[in-house]
Amino acid sequence: MQFDLVSPERSLASHAATSVSIPGADGDLTVMAGHAPTITTLRPGLLKVEADGKSAEYVVTGGFAEINAEGVTVLAERAVPRSDMTQEHLDEMYQEAENMYKTAKDNWQNEPGPVDDAAKLLGDMVAMGSEIGLSTKQPSL
Amino acid sequence: MPSLKDLKNRIQSVKNTRKITKAMQMVAAAKLRRAQEAAEQSRPYTERFNAVMAGLAGSVGGSDNAPKLLSGTGSDQTHLLVVMTAERGLCGGFNANISKKAKAKAAELEAAGKTVKILTVGKKGRDAMKRDLGSRFVGHVDLTEVKRVSYPDAQGIAKDILGRFDAGEFDVATIFYAKFVNVVSQTPTAQQIIPFEVPAEAAADVDGSTVYDYEPSEEAVLADLLPRAIATAIFSALLENGASEQGARMSAMDNATRNAGDMIEKLTIQYNRSRQAVITNELIEIISGAEAL
Repeated sequence: MQFDLVSPERSLASHAATSVSIPGADGDLTVMAGHAPTITTLRPGLLKVEADGKSAEYVVTGGFAEINAEGVTVLAERAVPRSDMTQEHLDEMYQEAENMYKTAKDNWQNEPGPVDDAAKLLGDMVAMGSEIGLSTKQPSL
Repeated sequence: MPSLKDLKNRIQSVKNTRKITKAMQMVAAAKLRRAQEAAEQSRPYTERFNAVMAGLAGSVGGSDNAPKLLSGTGSDQTHLLVVMTAERGLCGGFNANISKKAKAKAAELEAAGKTVKILTVGKKGRDAMKRDLGSRFVGHVDLTEVKRVSYPDAQGIAKDILGRFDAGEFDVATIFYAKFVNVVSQTPTAQQIIPFEVPAEAAADVDGSTVYDYEPSEEAVLADLLPRAIATAIFSALLENGASEQGARMSAMDNATRNAGDMIEKLTIQYNRSRQAVITNELIEIISGAEAL
Protein backbone atom coordinates (compact mmCIF):
# COMPACT_ATOMS: atom_id res chain seq x y z
CA MET A 1 0.00 0.00 0.00
CA GLN A 2 1.33 3.38 -0.97
CA PHE A 3 1.67 6.07 1.71
CA ASP A 4 2.05 9.79 0.95
CA LEU A 5 2.33 12.60 3.44
CA VAL A 6 2.23 16.05 1.90
CA SER A 7 2.19 19.49 3.44
CA PRO A 8 1.60 22.65 1.39
CA GLU A 9 5.30 23.41 1.32
CA ARG A 10 6.71 20.02 0.48
CA SER A 11 6.12 16.32 0.33
CA LEU A 12 7.39 14.71 3.54
CA ALA A 13 7.09 11.03 2.79
CA SER A 14 6.18 8.82 -0.10
CA HIS A 15 6.79 5.10 0.25
CA ALA A 16 5.12 1.76 0.71
CA ALA A 17 3.63 1.06 4.13
CA THR A 18 1.93 -1.85 5.83
CA SER A 19 -0.30 0.17 8.12
CA VAL A 20 -1.02 3.80 8.84
CA SER A 21 -2.77 5.13 11.97
CA ILE A 22 -4.56 8.38 11.31
CA PRO A 23 -5.89 10.79 13.95
CA GLY A 24 -9.30 11.29 12.34
CA ALA A 25 -11.77 13.93 13.44
CA ASP A 26 -14.13 11.25 14.71
CA GLY A 27 -11.42 9.13 16.30
CA ASP A 28 -8.25 7.30 15.37
CA LEU A 29 -8.34 4.84 12.53
CA THR A 30 -5.75 2.43 11.27
CA VAL A 31 -5.55 1.81 7.57
CA MET A 32 -4.19 -1.38 6.04
CA ALA A 33 -4.27 -2.56 2.46
CA GLY A 34 -7.82 -3.01 1.17
CA HIS A 35 -9.43 -0.38 3.37
CA ALA A 36 -12.72 1.04 2.09
CA PRO A 37 -12.31 4.34 0.22
CA THR A 38 -12.68 7.06 2.84
CA ILE A 39 -12.02 10.75 3.22
CA THR A 40 -11.65 11.95 6.77
CA THR A 41 -10.62 15.26 8.27
CA LEU A 42 -7.77 15.28 10.76
CA ARG A 43 -7.59 16.48 14.31
CA PRO A 44 -4.23 17.50 15.77
CA GLY A 45 -2.47 14.30 16.72
CA LEU A 46 0.09 11.66 15.92
CA LEU A 47 0.23 9.90 12.59
CA LYS A 48 1.91 6.50 12.87
CA VAL A 49 3.28 4.69 9.85
CA GLU A 50 4.50 1.08 9.84
CA ALA A 51 6.72 0.05 6.95
CA ASP A 52 9.09 -2.94 6.76
CA GLY A 53 8.98 -3.43 10.50
CA LYS A 54 10.07 0.15 11.04
CA SER A 55 7.70 2.76 12.29
CA ALA A 56 7.70 6.50 11.82
CA GLU A 57 5.63 9.09 13.61
CA TYR A 58 4.57 12.54 12.52
CA VAL A 59 2.74 15.29 14.34
CA VAL A 60 -0.01 16.58 12.08
CA THR A 61 -2.57 19.34 12.44
CA GLY A 62 -5.45 20.30 10.17
CA GLY A 63 -6.13 18.76 6.81
CA PHE A 64 -7.50 15.47 5.64
CA ALA A 65 -6.62 11.93 4.65
CA GLU A 66 -7.78 10.25 1.49
CA ILE A 67 -7.90 6.46 1.50
CA ASN A 68 -8.49 4.58 -1.72
CA ALA A 69 -7.50 1.35 -3.43
CA GLU A 70 -3.97 2.57 -4.18
CA GLY A 71 -3.16 3.70 -0.68
CA VAL A 72 -3.32 6.59 1.74
CA THR A 73 -2.64 10.23 1.04
CA VAL A 74 -2.47 12.51 4.05
CA LEU A 75 -2.66 16.22 3.32
CA ALA A 76 -1.74 18.07 6.48
CA GLU A 77 -1.46 21.82 6.82
CA ARG A 78 1.37 21.26 9.20
CA ALA A 79 3.34 18.04 9.51
CA VAL A 80 6.48 17.62 11.61
CA PRO A 81 8.39 14.37 12.20
CA ARG A 82 8.01 13.52 15.86
CA SER A 83 11.76 13.61 16.46
CA ASP A 84 11.84 17.24 15.24
CA MET A 85 8.99 18.24 17.50
CA THR A 86 10.11 20.62 20.22
CA GLN A 87 8.45 22.41 23.07
CA GLU A 88 8.60 25.67 21.06
CA HIS A 89 6.72 24.06 18.19
CA LEU A 90 4.04 22.84 20.51
CA ASP A 91 3.80 26.14 22.35
CA GLU A 92 3.37 27.92 19.05
CA MET A 93 0.62 25.55 17.94
CA TYR A 94 -1.05 25.76 21.31
CA GLN A 95 -0.93 29.53 21.23
CA GLU A 96 -2.55 29.53 17.80
CA ALA A 97 -5.37 27.26 18.96
CA GLU A 98 -5.88 29.37 22.05
CA ASN A 99 -6.13 32.55 19.98
CA MET A 100 -8.64 30.86 17.71
CA TYR A 101 -10.70 29.88 20.72
CA LYS A 102 -10.63 33.42 22.06
CA THR A 103 -11.67 35.01 18.77
CA ALA A 104 -14.38 32.40 18.32
CA LYS A 105 -15.71 33.21 21.76
CA ASP A 106 -15.78 36.93 20.95
CA ASN A 107 -17.25 36.59 17.48
CA TRP A 108 -19.94 33.98 18.08
CA GLN A 109 -21.40 34.86 21.44
CA ASN A 110 -24.79 33.40 20.76
CA GLU A 111 -23.79 30.40 18.69
CA PRO A 112 -22.08 27.56 20.47
CA GLY A 113 -21.02 25.72 17.27
CA PRO A 114 -17.77 27.48 16.32
CA VAL A 115 -16.81 28.02 19.97
CA ASP A 116 -17.16 24.32 20.70
CA ASP A 117 -15.12 23.48 17.62
CA ALA A 118 -12.33 25.79 18.76
CA ALA A 119 -12.48 24.38 22.29
CA LYS A 120 -12.21 20.87 20.88
CA LEU A 121 -9.19 21.90 18.83
CA LEU A 122 -7.57 23.30 21.94
CA GLY A 123 -8.34 20.13 23.85
CA ASP A 124 -6.88 18.03 21.03
CA MET A 125 -3.67 20.07 21.21
CA VAL A 126 -3.32 19.37 24.91
CA ALA A 127 -4.01 15.67 24.39
CA MET A 128 -1.46 15.54 21.60
CA GLY A 129 1.08 17.30 23.81
CA SER A 130 0.75 14.76 26.57
CA GLU A 131 0.84 11.90 24.06
CA ILE A 132 4.25 12.93 22.78
CA GLY A 133 5.51 13.71 26.26
CA LEU A 134 5.56 17.48 26.07
CA SER A 135 3.46 19.63 28.34
CA THR A 136 1.13 22.46 27.53
CA LYS A 137 -0.50 24.91 29.85
CA GLN A 138 -3.90 23.79 30.99
CA PRO A 139 -6.48 25.47 28.81
CA SER A 140 -8.60 28.07 30.52
CA LEU A 141 -11.90 27.15 28.93
CA MET B 1 29.90 68.59 -28.09
CA PRO B 2 30.86 66.94 -24.79
CA SER B 3 34.51 67.05 -23.89
CA LEU B 4 36.68 63.95 -23.80
CA LYS B 5 36.61 63.87 -20.03
CA ASP B 6 32.82 64.09 -19.95
CA LEU B 7 32.58 61.18 -22.36
CA LYS B 8 34.99 59.13 -20.33
CA ASN B 9 33.00 59.75 -17.18
CA ARG B 10 29.79 58.86 -18.95
CA ILE B 11 31.23 55.58 -20.21
CA GLN B 12 32.42 54.73 -16.72
CA SER B 13 29.01 55.46 -15.24
CA VAL B 14 27.20 53.28 -17.81
CA LYS B 15 29.71 50.52 -17.11
CA ASN B 16 28.90 50.72 -13.42
CA THR B 17 25.20 50.55 -14.19
CA ARG B 18 25.80 47.51 -16.32
CA LYS B 19 27.61 45.82 -13.46
CA ILE B 20 24.66 46.45 -11.18
CA THR B 21 22.03 45.21 -13.63
CA LYS B 22 24.15 42.17 -14.39
CA ALA B 23 24.42 41.37 -10.70
CA MET B 24 20.67 41.86 -10.23
CA GLN B 25 20.01 39.54 -13.14
CA MET B 26 22.15 36.83 -11.57
CA VAL B 27 20.52 37.25 -8.19
CA ALA B 28 17.09 37.04 -9.84
CA ALA B 29 18.14 33.89 -11.67
CA ALA B 30 19.16 32.22 -8.42
CA LYS B 31 15.99 33.36 -6.67
CA LEU B 32 13.90 32.22 -9.61
CA ARG B 33 15.27 28.72 -9.29
CA ARG B 34 14.38 28.66 -5.61
CA ALA B 35 10.92 30.09 -6.28
CA GLN B 36 10.30 27.51 -8.97
CA GLU B 37 11.39 24.73 -6.65
CA ALA B 38 9.01 25.98 -3.98
CA ALA B 39 6.18 26.09 -6.51
CA GLU B 40 7.10 22.61 -7.69
CA GLN B 41 7.06 21.20 -4.16
CA SER B 42 3.68 22.62 -3.33
CA ARG B 43 2.13 21.12 -6.43
CA PRO B 44 1.31 17.62 -5.07
CA TYR B 45 -0.62 19.16 -2.18
CA THR B 46 -2.54 21.58 -4.37
CA GLU B 47 -3.38 18.95 -6.94
CA ARG B 48 -4.65 16.35 -4.47
CA PHE B 49 -6.52 19.01 -2.57
CA ASN B 50 -8.26 20.33 -5.64
CA ALA B 51 -9.10 16.83 -6.80
CA VAL B 52 -10.87 16.08 -3.51
CA MET B 53 -12.54 19.48 -3.51
CA ALA B 54 -13.79 18.90 -7.04
CA GLY B 55 -15.36 15.60 -6.02
CA LEU B 56 -16.96 17.11 -2.92
CA ALA B 57 -18.18 20.27 -4.60
CA GLY B 58 -19.74 18.15 -7.33
CA SER B 59 -21.81 16.10 -4.91
CA VAL B 60 -22.69 18.65 -2.21
CA GLY B 61 -22.55 21.86 -4.24
CA GLY B 62 -26.02 21.52 -5.75
CA SER B 63 -27.89 21.12 -2.48
CA ASP B 64 -29.65 24.00 -0.75
CA ASN B 65 -27.68 23.86 2.47
CA ALA B 66 -24.30 24.03 0.76
CA PRO B 67 -21.87 26.29 2.68
CA LYS B 68 -21.92 29.95 1.71
CA LEU B 69 -18.26 29.82 0.72
CA LEU B 70 -19.25 27.45 -2.07
CA SER B 71 -22.70 28.63 -3.10
CA GLY B 72 -22.24 32.36 -2.47
CA THR B 73 -24.35 34.77 -0.48
CA GLY B 74 -27.02 34.90 -3.18
CA SER B 75 -25.96 38.34 -4.28
CA ASP B 76 -23.00 39.74 -6.20
CA GLN B 77 -23.31 43.38 -5.25
CA THR B 78 -20.02 43.86 -3.45
CA HIS B 79 -16.77 42.60 -4.91
CA LEU B 80 -13.49 42.28 -3.11
CA LEU B 81 -10.46 42.43 -5.37
CA VAL B 82 -7.31 41.01 -3.82
CA VAL B 83 -4.43 42.44 -5.78
CA MET B 84 -1.23 40.50 -5.23
CA THR B 85 1.95 42.15 -6.44
CA ALA B 86 5.61 42.31 -5.50
CA GLU B 87 7.13 44.32 -2.69
CA ARG B 88 9.87 45.62 -4.96
CA GLY B 89 10.10 47.18 -8.37
CA LEU B 90 12.68 46.88 -11.17
CA CYS B 91 10.96 43.83 -12.59
CA GLY B 92 9.69 45.03 -15.95
CA GLY B 93 5.96 45.13 -16.44
CA PHE B 94 5.21 42.59 -13.72
CA ASN B 95 3.55 44.88 -11.17
CA ALA B 96 2.02 47.15 -13.80
CA ASN B 97 0.38 44.26 -15.65
CA ILE B 98 -1.31 42.90 -12.53
CA SER B 99 -2.54 46.32 -11.42
CA LYS B 100 -3.76 47.08 -14.93
CA LYS B 101 -5.80 43.90 -14.98
CA ALA B 102 -7.29 44.67 -11.56
CA LYS B 103 -8.04 48.26 -12.56
CA ALA B 104 -9.84 47.12 -15.69
CA LYS B 105 -11.93 44.71 -13.62
CA ALA B 106 -12.73 47.42 -11.07
CA ALA B 107 -13.81 49.81 -13.82
CA GLU B 108 -15.97 47.13 -15.41
CA LEU B 109 -17.66 46.28 -12.10
CA GLU B 110 -18.30 49.90 -11.22
CA ALA B 111 -19.76 50.55 -14.65
CA ALA B 112 -22.19 47.72 -13.90
CA GLY B 113 -23.19 49.47 -10.66
CA LYS B 114 -21.38 47.12 -8.28
CA THR B 115 -19.44 48.14 -5.21
CA VAL B 116 -15.71 47.47 -5.35
CA LYS B 117 -13.42 46.94 -2.38
CA ILE B 118 -9.72 46.38 -2.76
CA LEU B 119 -7.28 44.51 -0.57
CA THR B 120 -3.67 44.84 -1.64
CA VAL B 121 -0.92 42.34 -0.99
CA GLY B 122 2.48 43.79 -1.79
CA LYS B 123 3.56 47.41 -1.76
CA LYS B 124 3.88 47.98 -5.49
CA GLY B 125 0.27 47.21 -6.30
CA ARG B 126 -0.90 49.52 -3.55
CA ASP B 127 1.24 52.36 -4.88
CA ALA B 128 0.08 51.80 -8.44
CA MET B 129 -3.62 51.81 -7.60
CA LYS B 130 -3.66 54.42 -4.86
CA ARG B 131 -4.30 57.40 -7.12
CA ASP B 132 -7.30 56.09 -9.04
CA LEU B 133 -8.81 53.65 -6.58
CA GLY B 134 -7.40 54.71 -3.21
CA SER B 135 -10.90 55.32 -1.80
CA ARG B 136 -11.80 51.63 -2.35
CA PHE B 137 -8.92 50.29 -0.28
CA VAL B 138 -10.02 48.26 2.72
CA GLY B 139 -6.70 46.82 3.76
CA HIS B 140 -3.13 45.98 2.93
CA VAL B 141 -1.02 42.93 3.66
CA ASP B 142 2.64 43.71 4.11
CA LEU B 143 5.05 40.97 3.12
CA THR B 144 8.20 43.12 3.13
CA GLU B 145 9.68 41.16 6.01
CA VAL B 146 8.94 37.80 4.43
CA LYS B 147 11.94 36.30 2.66
CA ARG B 148 10.35 33.04 1.62
CA VAL B 149 6.62 32.79 1.31
CA SER B 150 5.37 30.08 3.62
CA TYR B 151 1.95 28.55 4.11
CA PRO B 152 1.23 30.48 7.34
CA ASP B 153 1.56 33.71 5.32
CA ALA B 154 -1.15 32.50 2.98
CA GLN B 155 -3.23 31.37 5.97
CA GLY B 156 -2.96 34.85 7.44
CA ILE B 157 -4.28 36.44 4.25
CA ALA B 158 -7.03 33.83 3.99
CA LYS B 159 -8.05 34.45 7.59
CA ASP B 160 -8.27 38.18 6.92
CA ILE B 161 -10.45 37.60 3.85
CA LEU B 162 -12.68 35.02 5.57
CA GLY B 163 -13.14 37.35 8.54
CA ARG B 164 -14.38 40.04 6.20
CA PHE B 165 -16.65 37.54 4.46
CA ASP B 166 -18.18 36.40 7.75
CA ALA B 167 -18.75 40.03 8.67
CA GLY B 168 -20.71 40.42 5.43
CA GLU B 169 -18.31 42.95 3.94
CA PHE B 170 -18.44 41.48 0.43
CA ASP B 171 -20.12 38.80 -1.69
CA VAL B 172 -17.50 37.84 -4.25
CA ALA B 173 -13.72 37.74 -3.88
CA THR B 174 -11.25 37.56 -6.74
CA ILE B 175 -7.48 37.31 -6.51
CA PHE B 176 -5.16 38.90 -9.08
CA TYR B 177 -1.70 37.51 -9.62
CA ALA B 178 0.67 36.59 -12.44
CA LYS B 179 0.85 33.00 -13.53
CA PHE B 180 4.37 31.88 -14.34
CA VAL B 181 4.56 30.56 -17.91
CA ASN B 182 8.28 30.92 -18.50
CA VAL B 183 11.05 33.40 -17.86
CA VAL B 184 9.93 35.81 -20.57
CA SER B 185 6.20 35.46 -20.16
CA GLN B 186 3.95 35.78 -17.12
CA THR B 187 0.21 36.01 -17.55
CA PRO B 188 -1.75 38.28 -15.23
CA THR B 189 -4.62 36.14 -13.98
CA ALA B 190 -7.87 36.74 -12.13
CA GLN B 191 -9.20 33.84 -10.08
CA GLN B 192 -12.41 33.83 -8.12
CA ILE B 193 -11.95 32.33 -4.65
CA ILE B 194 -15.27 33.18 -2.98
CA PRO B 195 -17.65 31.59 -3.86
CA PHE B 196 -15.07 28.89 -4.31
CA GLU B 197 -14.61 27.69 -7.86
CA VAL B 198 -12.84 24.42 -8.47
CA PRO B 199 -10.05 24.91 -11.03
CA ALA B 200 -11.16 23.52 -14.38
CA GLU B 201 -8.29 21.05 -14.74
CA ALA B 202 -9.07 19.50 -11.33
CA ALA B 203 -12.78 19.24 -12.15
CA ALA B 204 -11.94 17.41 -15.35
CA ASP B 205 -9.82 14.88 -13.46
CA VAL B 206 -12.57 13.74 -11.14
CA ASP B 207 -12.77 10.02 -11.22
CA GLY B 208 -16.32 9.02 -10.55
CA SER B 209 -15.58 5.33 -10.15
CA THR B 210 -14.49 5.46 -6.49
CA VAL B 211 -17.25 6.13 -3.99
CA TYR B 212 -15.80 7.54 -0.79
CA ASP B 213 -17.05 7.31 2.76
CA TYR B 214 -16.83 10.67 4.45
CA GLU B 215 -15.96 11.09 8.10
CA PRO B 216 -17.59 12.82 9.98
CA SER B 217 -19.95 13.59 7.05
CA GLU B 218 -19.75 14.92 3.56
CA GLU B 219 -21.04 18.35 4.64
CA ALA B 220 -18.71 18.52 7.64
CA VAL B 221 -15.68 17.60 5.54
CA LEU B 222 -16.61 20.21 2.97
CA ALA B 223 -17.15 22.89 5.61
CA ASP B 224 -13.76 22.04 7.12
CA LEU B 225 -11.94 22.03 3.81
CA LEU B 226 -13.38 25.15 2.17
CA PRO B 227 -11.42 27.69 4.26
CA ARG B 228 -8.32 25.57 3.71
CA ALA B 229 -9.01 25.49 -0.02
CA ILE B 230 -9.02 29.27 -0.06
CA ALA B 231 -5.74 29.37 1.84
CA THR B 232 -4.32 26.83 -0.62
CA ALA B 233 -5.44 28.91 -3.60
CA ILE B 234 -3.81 31.99 -2.10
CA PHE B 235 -0.65 30.06 -1.29
CA SER B 236 -0.23 28.78 -4.82
CA ALA B 237 -0.97 32.27 -6.17
CA LEU B 238 1.75 33.67 -3.90
CA LEU B 239 4.21 31.06 -5.14
CA GLU B 240 3.32 31.65 -8.80
CA ASN B 241 3.71 35.36 -8.17
CA GLY B 242 7.10 34.82 -6.57
CA ALA B 243 8.38 32.87 -9.55
CA SER B 244 6.85 35.36 -11.99
CA GLU B 245 8.41 38.30 -10.20
CA GLN B 246 11.89 36.82 -10.35
CA GLY B 247 11.38 35.75 -13.97
CA ALA B 248 10.22 39.22 -14.94
CA ARG B 249 13.09 40.81 -13.07
CA MET B 250 15.56 38.49 -14.71
CA SER B 251 14.45 39.33 -18.24
CA ALA B 252 14.14 43.04 -17.43
CA MET B 253 17.67 43.09 -16.06
CA ASP B 254 18.93 41.09 -19.00
CA ASN B 255 17.50 43.75 -21.31
CA ALA B 256 19.00 46.51 -19.21
CA THR B 257 22.42 44.83 -19.31
CA ARG B 258 22.21 44.50 -23.06
CA ASN B 259 21.11 48.13 -23.51
CA ALA B 260 23.99 49.29 -21.33
CA GLY B 261 26.36 47.26 -23.51
CA ASP B 262 25.00 48.91 -26.67
CA MET B 263 25.30 52.30 -25.08
CA ILE B 264 28.89 51.69 -24.05
CA GLU B 265 29.71 50.70 -27.60
CA LYS B 266 28.17 53.86 -29.03
CA LEU B 267 29.83 56.07 -26.46
CA THR B 268 33.20 54.43 -27.04
CA ILE B 269 32.96 55.10 -30.77
CA GLN B 270 32.05 58.70 -30.06
CA TYR B 271 34.92 58.95 -27.61
CA ASN B 272 37.44 57.56 -30.07
CA ARG B 273 36.19 59.80 -32.84
CA SER B 274 36.48 62.95 -30.78
CA ARG B 275 39.90 61.87 -29.51
CA GLN B 276 40.98 61.45 -33.14
CA ALA B 277 39.51 64.86 -33.99
CA VAL B 278 41.49 66.48 -31.17
CA ILE B 279 44.72 64.84 -32.36
CA THR B 280 44.07 65.87 -35.96
CA ASN B 281 43.36 69.40 -34.83
CA GLU B 282 46.59 69.57 -32.87
CA LEU B 283 48.59 68.25 -35.83
CA ILE B 284 47.01 70.81 -38.15
CA GLU B 285 47.91 73.55 -35.70
CA ILE B 286 51.53 72.38 -35.46
CA ILE B 287 51.92 72.02 -39.23
CA SER B 288 50.34 75.35 -40.03
CA GLY B 289 52.45 76.94 -37.32
CA ALA B 290 55.60 75.47 -38.89
CA GLU B 291 54.55 76.62 -42.35
CA ALA B 292 54.02 80.14 -41.14
CA LEU B 293 57.66 80.39 -40.05
